[in-house]
Amino acid sequence: MTLTPTRAPASPAPARARRRRIRRFTRSDIVVVALLLGAPVLLDVLLIWGPTLASIGLSFSSWNGLLNNPPDWVGFRNYQEIFTSYPPFWPALRHNVLWLLFLGLVATPFGLLLAVLLDRQVRFTRFYQTVFYLPVVLSLAIVGFIAQLFYSRDYGIVNSILGNQDNPIDWMGNPRINLWAVLVAVGWRHVGYMMLLYLAGLKAVDPELREAAAIDGANEVQSFFRVVFPTLRPVNVIVLVITVIEALRAFDVVYAINRGRNGLELLSVLVTDNIVGEASLIGYGSAIAVVMLLISVGFIVTYLTQVMREDRG
Amino acid sequence: MVTVPPTTRRTVLRGAGLGAAAFAVPAALVACEKPDSGTGAGGGDTGPVTFGSNYSDAVPKKALAEVLTASGQDVKVNTIDHNTFQENLTRYLQGTPDDVFTWFAGYRMQYFAAQGLAHEISDVWSEIGANFSDAFKAASTGADGKQYFVPFYLYPWAVFYRKSVFDAKGYQIPKTWDDYKALLAKVKADGMAPLAIGNKDGWPAMGTFDYINMRLNGYDFHINLMAGKESWEDAKVKQVFQLWGEILPYYQAGANGRTWQEAAQTLVQKKTAMYVLGMFVGQQFSDADRADLDYFPFPQITEANAQDSVEAPIDGFMLSKAPKNLAGANKLLKYLAGTQAQQAYLKSDPNNIATNSTADTSTYSPLQKKAAELIGGAKHISQFLDRDTSPAFASTVMIPSLQTFLNKPNDVDGLCKSIQAQAKRIFTQ
Repeated sequence: MTLTPTRAPASPAPARARRRRIRRFTRSDIVVVALLLGAPVLLDVLLIWGPTLASIGLSFSSWNGLLNNPPDWVGFRNYQEIFTSYPPFWPALRHNVLWLLFLGLVATPFGLLLAVLLDRQVRFTRFYQTVFYLPVVLSLAIVGFIAQLFYSRDYGIVNSILGNQDNPIDWMGNPRINLWAVLVAVGWRHVGYMMLLYLAGLKAVDPELREAAAIDGANEVQSFFRVVFPTLRPVNVIVLVITVIEALRAFDVVYAINRGRNGLELLSVLVTDNIVGEASLIGYGSAIAVVMLLISVGFIVTYLTQVMREDRG
Repeated sequence: MVTVPPTTRRTVLRGAGLGAAAFAVPAALVACEKPDSGTGAGGGDTGPVTFGSNYSDAVPKKALAEVLTASGQDVKVNTIDHNTFQENLTRYLQGTPDDVFTWFAGYRMQYFAAQGLAHEISDVWSEIGANFSDAFKAASTGADGKQYFVPFYLYPWAVFYRKSVFDAKGYQIPKTWDDYKALLAKVKADGMAPLAIGNKDGWPAMGTFDYINMRLNGYDFHINLMAGKESWEDAKVKQVFQLWGEILPYYQAGANGRTWQEAAQTLVQKKTAMYVLGMFVGQQFSDADRADLDYFPFPQITEANAQDSVEAPIDGFMLSKAPKNLAGANKLLKYLAGTQAQQAYLKSDPNNIATNSTADTSTYSPLQKKAAELIGGAKHISQFLDRDTSPAFASTVMIPSLQTFLNKPNDVDGLCKSIQAQAKRIFTQ
């Protein structure tokens, strides 16, 4: 920083200096800066803040989407009804949380395990990498369709293998088990994704660290958890954020299977059911969307404070 | 110690923010729709008639195109995927809709008519009315007493079975509820699943609810219940669920895990004996097997209501609020109401029947003939639960509720209480 004497705003000299400094930007510079800053800000406001605030506003209304019939403002009634008399709401919230826990505590660690194993240059590493990564290329809707081929009660391959023809398990129709069946399918895709991220992270770990740990007498497990894993922190952050996002935005897979009903309710599905489609309960659906927004913001704020605290430290 | 480069962190954050905001977008997108600027300019007689069609499957699409070509008018067809069309109709009609569009009779039609999004066609009806029974006219009439809809074809819901199965086992067609239950018990004793069911998509089970309610409580009560004018906690409604509960043990297992197509296949394969569904169940039969498919009307529950109501959803056409070529559109509607157009269309689709009462039934299959008689003799034609009530109520309340009922049939009181609480919210909106 070269500009030091700014403490005395009364004296004209620094002010002139500052003005001179500003003049150093040519007009085209200013245009470029304005464009580069302005366009993203405008897009941000238009596409993110605008809709978000509109949703929050509409969540206090009752509106059927018809323009000749303006919204009625009903205060917190939508929220009250969602929490008290909308049967799918609490199951949906629970399913989103289960989704997050499953991805975070089962699928992600499994992806890490695969990455660690593949990082050790076992034979056919490339082949395994490809096999595990392949499902990531598929959209979740496709995963949903594939899941149905596996899980169909009457024609599914899982029941064919289990061979119980008299009383086959209704994987997709039984609301007690269908969520878990779907989570296995989702995990199949998520594991490959996590594996790839961790594999990339592991490749970047300096081999000398491991050697040093080995010389210090650490065994394999110790050297991984005490030395290698901490250096994966940047990857872990990305993985965490991706996992949270995946759990909150989960939608297409259950929508492809049974439109997210009967045990597969998710918050995103409830928003869609109420807003999109003929239902047009715009206010009500917006209120569910706001609940979802609050949950996402909760995660983001927690994450942000953590990162900032660490930076300060 | 490796630290996160700030750019990475920011990118990640932005990703997280986008993810969060994406959920909030749909509401605002709706709010951004622009009102129709061309209102009031309708009525010009020149130019092609534009036609918004949801006949998106290959066979109906081709059949409709042939029918429209044969009209001799200049018709510009805009085909949209069936479900997409349905889900976006509110927005479509408020934007720049086509002159004529495909839609359903009953509450679904009345709703848009009441919002001023459809053009009345009482003048068309004064010409075509003689060819339609009163039940069709009622199904085409809005809440204000004017007509808004031209019926094209329809199909009945009933109890479908294979003649060969009934003949082999000597089963008799049940007339009353008690006969029906006796038959179901007999089939079960013979080691066959008596009733097929496939309710994964949520709507197929509605047909059974409609029929039990209309047979027990009558058509008028059913329609009022659908319109939110009766309470779901009424003992009459609870009795519907209780009666339904009596036959639940006769359903094949796995009701909510199977699509209607998969359930229909079990009927084709003679794994199940009967199936309460619309006549479109025939689509799952090969041409050779279709002659073996037959049906009987849903059994009578009370003497008073007998079997006077038929559930038969009607598909047809409406005019958007300000057609650019009104005269041409009216002419096209009259043509589509006629026997020639309807019969030409039905050649491609043997699972429906014409709405025009003067249509020639000699080309019908035995099943179609039976359907025409059934509908012709009906005092009331209901349109199916999701067409007789608010779509919001049908999709966000009734589908989950009926699926819950099939999973846990014992808590009828709790179920009815929950439905009523939600019905109150939607119908008092």
